[in-house]
Amino acid sequence: MTVKGDKKTKIIKTINIDVDKCNGCRACEVICSSVHAAPKFSSNNPARSRIRIIRDPFRDIYVPVLAGEYTVAECAGRDKYVIDGKEYDECSFCRASCPSREEFKEPDSGLPLKCDMCEGEEGGPMCVKWCLVEALVYEEREVEVEEEDRPEDLEIGLESLVNRYGLQSLIDSVSRMANK
Amino acid sequence: MRYAETGFNLEIDLTRGNIEKVATDPKDTELYLGGLGTNAKLMWDRVGPEVEAFSPENLLIFGAGLLCGTPATGCNRTIVTTISPQTGLLAFSMMGGFWAPELKYAGYDKVVLRGKSPKLIYLLIHNDKVEIRDASHLKGKGSIETAEIIKREINEPKAQVAAIGLAGENRVYYASIEQGRSSASRGGIGAVMGDKGVKAIVVRGTRDINVARPAEFIGLCNEVLEYIKQREGNPIPGVMPILAGLGSPQEMKVHDEKWHTENFMWGNSRTRRKDFWNDEIAKEWTETLESARTRLISCFNCPMKCGATISMPGLPTYMMKCFTKLTYTMGAFSDLDFGLRIAQKATEYGLDGFSTPQVMAFALELLEDGILSDEDFPGMPADNEGRFYYLLDKIVLREGIGDILADGTYWAAKKIGKGADAYAHNNIKKTEQLPLKLSMLNPIYFLMYATGEKMNITQIEGQFPQAPFPEREQREQFVADWIQVPDEKFKQYFLDWEIRGENSMPNYPTVAMTCDIVDWQEMMHYIDDALGQCAGLSSFPLKPPYHIHNYPKFISSGAGIEMDEEKLTKAARRYRTLVRAINNRRGMRRSDEKPPEDHWKKRFPELEERLLNEYYKMKGWNDQGIPTVESLRNLGLDYVSDDFLARGILSSSEDASSSEASAEKEKN
Repeated sequence: MTVKGDKKTKIIKTINIDVDKCNGCRACEVICSSVHAAPKFSSNNPARSRIRIIRDPFRDIYVPVLAGEYTVAECAGRDKYVIDGKEYDECSFCRASCPSREEFKEPDSGLPLKCDMCEGEEGGPMCVKWCLVEALVYEEREVEVEEEDRPEDLEIGLESLVNRYGLQSLIDSVSRMANK
Repeated sequence: MRYAETGFNLEIDLTRGNIEKVATDPKDTELYLGGLGTNAKLMWDRVGPEVEAFSPENLLIFGAGLLCGTPATGCNRTIVTTISPQTGLLAFSMMGGFWAPELKYAGYDKVVLRGKSPKLIYLLIHNDKVEIRDASHLKGKGSIETAEIIKREINEPKAQVAAIGLAGENRVYYASIEQGRSSASRGGIGAVMGDKGVKAIVVRGTRDINVARPAEFIGLCNEVLEYIKQREGNPIPGVMPILAGLGSPQEMKVHDEKWHTENFMWGNSRTRRKDFWNDEIAKEWTETLESARTRLISCFNCPMKCGATISMPGLPTYMMKCFTKLTYTMGAFSDLDFGLRIAQKATEYGLDGFSTPQVMAFALELLEDGILSDEDFPGMPADNEGRFYYLLDKIVLREGIGDILADGTYWAAKKIGKGADAYAHNNIKKTEQLPLKLSMLNPIYFLMYATGEKMNITQIEGQFPQAPFPEREQREQFVADWIQVPDEKFKQYFLDWEIRGENSMPNYPTVAMTCDIVDWQEMMHYIDDALGQCAGLSSFPLKPPYHIHNYPKFISSGAGIEMDEEKLTKAARRYRTLVRAINNRRGMRRSDEKPPEDHWKKRFPELEERLLNEYYKMKGWNDQGIPTVESLRNLGLDYVSDDFLARGILSSSEDASSSEASAEKEKN
């Protein structure tokens, strides 16, 4: 059963990344760390950048990756891609700030970094503006989304918990949480 | 707080294994900026004229330019300074790439090496952690191979590595320091690194670099990027394609090599092949480059794509830029396939791509003319290409004749004797030059060649067109948006420059104009060399984004040093004079300032004398090319004039004739 909601528009912000056009110069890392410095532009440090070039020139690998969500645990398994005969290292395309690697963490504190698409900067993300070779291209588009309410999702979730732990212990847990 | 620079140098005593982090004096930054400027100050202060290239007292300085590591586009050069084994003078070779910014992010402006390590080591710099590490397992390894092994063993794929190959280990006088896509090649600085027992310097940095006035600085950077976009979209009409845009000459991109192959000399810089280029060769070379070239690549924070990753079938991948594309090909009278193959090997060995092919061609010419004999080349293959590979190995291993050739054509000719001197015909200050032999003396190039101390014309020339444009309308169009000129008079110089007639070479540009032009060209290169800016976005191409009008603003807002055009001009003059003073103290005099005899067919000895006289005068140098007491004092270089007076290099009456004789004595 689906309850139809109101139609709404939402802006999708995308950075289109063309790995073939990347020249590996890391200007994106420089300007990203500069625009996010406090005060703005007062310093730069690619190790604080929210975009990273995963880069191995001798294997012709140049993958600009934007920092995504923080994750407390690494994945159960890892991906390794081979594209056009080029083997990419594990996690090459992953955006997570994750315990398995150094990327997307503040160098001093280890706190996670996340791309904010330079919210508030006129003309969109700075990394795109500074990428003269057009490996990074910014795109905004409006999409219509239906606000949906799907009550059955909750029931499916609860059912699997009942199956796993039994109805009584689920009830106990919920009441304990409710009393906290 | 220090801005743009970190305010610290790393001082490494290799003999004792001592490492120190030393704070630098901000006053020196104001006077000498950074990079070459402050390197030169250290060399003057600490390396006396008695110190030879391979003395433990010789310093080997890796200096990051003042603005390296800031967001200034294309500012990524490492200036390596030492005493050259080839010339006995100051070598200040440079490399782009990624090393200098990484050093800044690690928290240092320079790495200063002194002494000699008893065994082969590499230096590992990771922020505050600095270690001298054993490199015995890297002995004999290629330069790129070394970098890849180290990055794996320390598990730091983001580390930047400057390494030598076997040529540096064996102290070949034209050994380079390689950094993947870039190299510091001139003056044999790789040999000094090898002599000091240092295989590589590995850097990883994760610290901030600050700028003084953030909004203003980024505004300037944005203007430069906008200008680059506009300039790249509008190549300059009327000049050859490699000079129409920005960047280093776009050798990795451009396929049409008619100009180089028909105007530059082949072999030992003697043979011009006027009808060499044809459709068949064009097709073949295009295929060779296109199938070898995986990608056009850049240095740190730069949109220009002057380099390329090259993968020749059956050979390891390497990276190349600029004119090494053709030097081996033309030295050996071969084709591009050979040139790109042997360059792979030479890059791993760590050799200068300008000198090496010429030394090999020189050896084969001596063989052909009976000055050397077959016995000097035991086991040499009969085929042309095979002979070059044979010689490359012999030189790098310093085996047999290779041991003599490893010192370069100047010293090899002296050792070989029997008139071999005449075959080492393409040198300035004992250093092999690009193989150019032209007909009519160009007064601008005469002065640049004669007085340049960087030993490489591409690092001296630029800004001013290399030749007049045929039509006045074209010239008018050219000067219309020529904002880079330091003074409007340069526009008039160019407007009136004709291919033929009264206002043509060699008498036009006049002596005075020529001095102005060369002084401007040289100043821009010296500013770049202190800031760490690549010449490809500044002093080399026509109408570059960086120039004398915006540089002071970059320095003020970036480094927080109040700067204007006058102060910057004076600072550049100060350390340029200091470079000269170091060389004068080591014996360099007017007699050393000579382009090769055969560089131009039509020479004008009287005019040449006049050019040199007037240029020296303008620079504040005496007739021996030594800065006068007065000019030294004007620049605040009293310590230099005091030293020159004490040594008798200058006398208080500034009569330098006696100093020439003493210099000759010193040299012999």
